[in-house]
Amino acid sequence: MSGFNKIVQSYEEALAGIESNMTVMVGGFGLCGIPEGLITAMRDTGVKGLTCISNNAGVDDFGLGLLLQTKQIKKMVASYVGENAEFMRQMLSGELEVELTPQGNLAEKIRAGGAGIPAFFTATGYGTPVAEGKETREIDGRHYVLEPSLTADFALVRAYQADRFGNLTFRKTAMNFNPMMATAGKITVVEAEEIVDALDPEFIHTPGIYVDRVIKGTFEKRIEQRTVRS
Amino acid sequence: MALSREQMAARVAKELKDGYYVNLGIGIPTLVANYIPEGIDVMLQSENGLLGMGAFPTEDEVDPDLINAGKQTVTTVKGASFFNSAESFAMIRGGHVDLTVLGAFEVDIQGNIASWMIPGKLVKGMGGAMDLVAGADNIIVTMMHADKYGNSKLLPLCELPLTGAGCIKKVLTDLGYFEIENGAFVLKERAPGVSVQEIREKTAGKLIAADDVPEMEV
Repeated sequence: MSGFNKIVQSYEEALAGIESNMTVMVGGFGLCGIPEGLITAMRDTGVKGLTCISNNAGVDDFGLGLLLQTKQIKKMVASYVGENAEFMRQMLSGELEVELTPQGNLAEKIRAGGAGIPAFFTATGYGTPVAEGKETREIDGRHYVLEPSLTADFALVRAYQADRFGNLTFRKTAMNFNPMMATAGKITVVEAEEIVDALDPEFIHTPGIYVDRVIKGTFEKRIEQRTVRS
Repeated sequence: MALSREQMAARVAKELKDGYYVNLGIGIPTLVANYIPEGIDVMLQSENGLLGMGAFPTEDEVDPDLINAGKQTVTTVKGASFFNSAESFAMIRGGHVDLTVLGAFEVDIQGNIASWMIPGKLVKGMGGAMDLVAGADNIIVTMMHADKYGNSKLLPLCELPLTGAGCIKKVLTDLGYFEIENGAFVLKERAPGVSVQEIREKTAGKLIAADDVPEMEV
């Protein structure tokens, strides 16, 4: 049953085959639920010219911000990029191409990509700059924009628990974009907090069929906005 | 007197009904959670994947895996659920969220809204705002009536790039509560002590106001 042992022991194995100019999806919302070790490992491979699809672009010294510092990202597809000074500098100077995508469209484009749906109509963005140049259609009196779906050469996903079959669970709001991205990568690599023998089939968020490689990670879990009540 | 931010939040909270699922945007809308009327249960939706958002955590409760759409640490209430981002926007796009409250730079008499981009300034992205305005049926925009230079934010036509076209019907400002009908802002309530005349002078878009517009209860 070695075909169903997806666990790898090193980040080198986890990212084997990654090359410059590839498209890479990276899970997470802000710094919550990002595959921290895989991001660092991707930086250390030295690949360049990447197109990264991720809701945000990390902060200056953490998450995808690390690959902005080293100028390994050519294009960023994201919904919100406000927390990163280096990102802003590269965007304004034209070094970095940015495709801002509404968050719900981004999620659905990835979901559709993983589900084999090439495009879909959505009301989001009709009549706004994000619809410019795109096909539109009126259906039952409402206007919709045709949005192409998204897939990637690699999807880097953070899970809470994984088993050797590639089944995954996610923890709290660290789930976010991770389950859709797991379905939309030609090669999906999962960095999990825990690896167990076999997850309970009744409580699996992502079935192992979508997952190619699993590595156990350790996570700093940095908090962007620590807000507490007394 | 124009309404304070807290009074605006309190006025919006009067629109809440028992059993509502509600999405609150960043800024004044967030404050609405502090004014949920006695005896009413609502579930707050946070579009990063949480239904049933609770208060900020105590120091001991802080969990980096539990944040809201503003990336702040939060807690959950009894009955809460977690889900992925596609599911989250299925709730929004599919019309399952009962009330959405969000801020804006401008709205106009056609129900257009601009809230995400000022050309020439730093563009940070629209996040979920475009999906929310396109998907939700019941939306209340809460914003100051004028910008810091005194220019009306209720316009004949939005000047900034749009977040959504023809999707806004209700606007609460510090001066009044308006509904957008047939190409005009219809003044439904005015802030205590603010005259119809003053609101008329400060509203650039077409305004319809009866002589006896009631004062808001806040």
